[in-house]
Amino acid sequence: MSQGDEIPVQVEAMHGNVRPILNEVMHALDKLLEAGITTTIDLASLPFAPGELDELEATFGKGELSAKLDALGTSRIRETTYPGVWWIEHRNAHDEVVGRYLEVTRLPDILSSQDADIMAGRARLGEQFE
Amino acid sequence: MKYTPTVGEILQAKGVSRRGFLKYCATTASLLALPPSMIPRIAEAIENARRPSVIWLSFQECTGCTESLTRSASPTVEGLIFDAISLDYHHTLQAAAGEQAEAARHAAMEENDGNYLVLVDGSIPMGNPGYSTIAGISNYDMLMDTVKGAAAVVAIGSCAAFGGLPGANPNPTGAVAVQDLVKDKPVINVPGCPPIPMVMTAVLTQFLTFGKIPDLDKHGRPLAFFGNTIHDRCYRRPFYEQGKFAESFDDEGAKAGWCLYKLGCKGPTTYNACATVKWNSGTSFPIESGHPCLGCSEPRFWDKGGFYQPLSTGHFGSGATVAGAAAAGVALGVVAAAAGRRRQNKFTKEA
Repeated sequence: MSQGDEIPVQVEAMHGNVRPILNEVMHALDKLLEAGITTTIDLASLPFAPGELDELEATFGKGELSAKLDALGTSRIRETTYPGVWWIEHRNAHDEVVGRYLEVTRLPDILSSQDADIMAGRARLGEQFE
Repeated sequence: MKYTPTVGEILQAKGVSRRGFLKYCATTASLLALPPSMIPRIAEAIENARRPSVIWLSFQECTGCTESLTRSASPTVEGLIFDAISLDYHHTLQAAAGEQAEAARHAAMEENDGNYLVLVDGSIPMGNPGYSTIAGISNYDMLMDTVKGAAAVVAIGSCAAFGGLPGANPNPTGAVAVQDLVKDKPVINVPGCPPIPMVMTAVLTQFLTFGKIPDLDKHGRPLAFFGNTIHDRCYRRPFYEQGKFAESFDDEGAKAGWCLYKLGCKGPTTYNACATVKWNSGTSFPIESGHPCLGCSEPRFWDKGGFYQPLSTGHFGSGATVAGAAAAGVALGVVAAAAGRRRQNKFTKEA
């Protein structure tokens, strides 16, 4: 039996969604620089044609910094080749993508240590040494 | 009355970190088609929400809706939602049977009077009560008895929402939908054959998060998921605009991924989220696999002509409907995106 990728289907190329997103990101960068306003674009809400998401990811590329978060599955938080533009991908425990975002910010919130976790960690440390 | 923990307490007890919780909230906002700016509000609401009791009734159905939900291969986010509700009665999933099962249903109704959710899959036969009974109780009696103290009723799948296959011509059992019988409680229809699992869980999450039913369309469907047609959000729509159609399932047009309108696609008159939420963990949806949309989330879809008849020759809608759909959106997603933003803005203002 043939594997799915052996079936000779050639999908005609379309690039309807990539350019508007690049425009939106450009305006978001202006807002970040001028007023410090951050923007998040939820990529799951857009109707991408096959291949368009890969094209978008390739267009943004990989920048200087990337981080891996292990919480309810793995998340990858990566600055793109455009500083201030972050590609964020959340996966569940089965390594399936459950959310994909472009965040235009100086540092995504999820990278900062959270007060609730700091307090819980402080309590654990206290139990161990006090 | 027993203590009901908040969802925040449940997640904390499971060792979910704040970062993990924020990730969960971001995914939830995405599920509910809410703007990412709502994430802090969602976090606060979910943290303080109480675990609601859910009673799931299955009537004239094929168990496909339960299969869709329980076989969805993304257990972490959806699993958390089900950890956060108390599923007190479900024929297929519960261990109890017979009188014990019915006792569990009554106990849940008494303990949570006025606050529990009733989920129904399957239609209700009105021709003869003997067509479908559970523990000797007719579907009609069980439904009307159970919804008395409910906060809201969710009709899961096209059978519960619109009568579905049992209600198709000639409707031998006299099958009716939940909304035909329940008039004094909010009824949310989540149609589909089966419905998209994430849509089912998102409706529950919305209720859990905001304590109110979502905005609904004229058929009682949540606008967040049923506000656009499949055609509005279909990645093949530019081919429709260019007049490029597959004429058969194996011609050059089909191989090139052109529009399936002439092969009977009901996308232009079908409201659902398949084109964006997709199936099998976001892998694809029927049109992406080369098959026309059957229109399974629309009322009476079984009786609206052949699945492979183009809309213009079938009974699904008039030519004017289709022409209107084409004229409404010139570029892919333009109208849909604008409508989505309007809904997001409206929700943000209300919050």
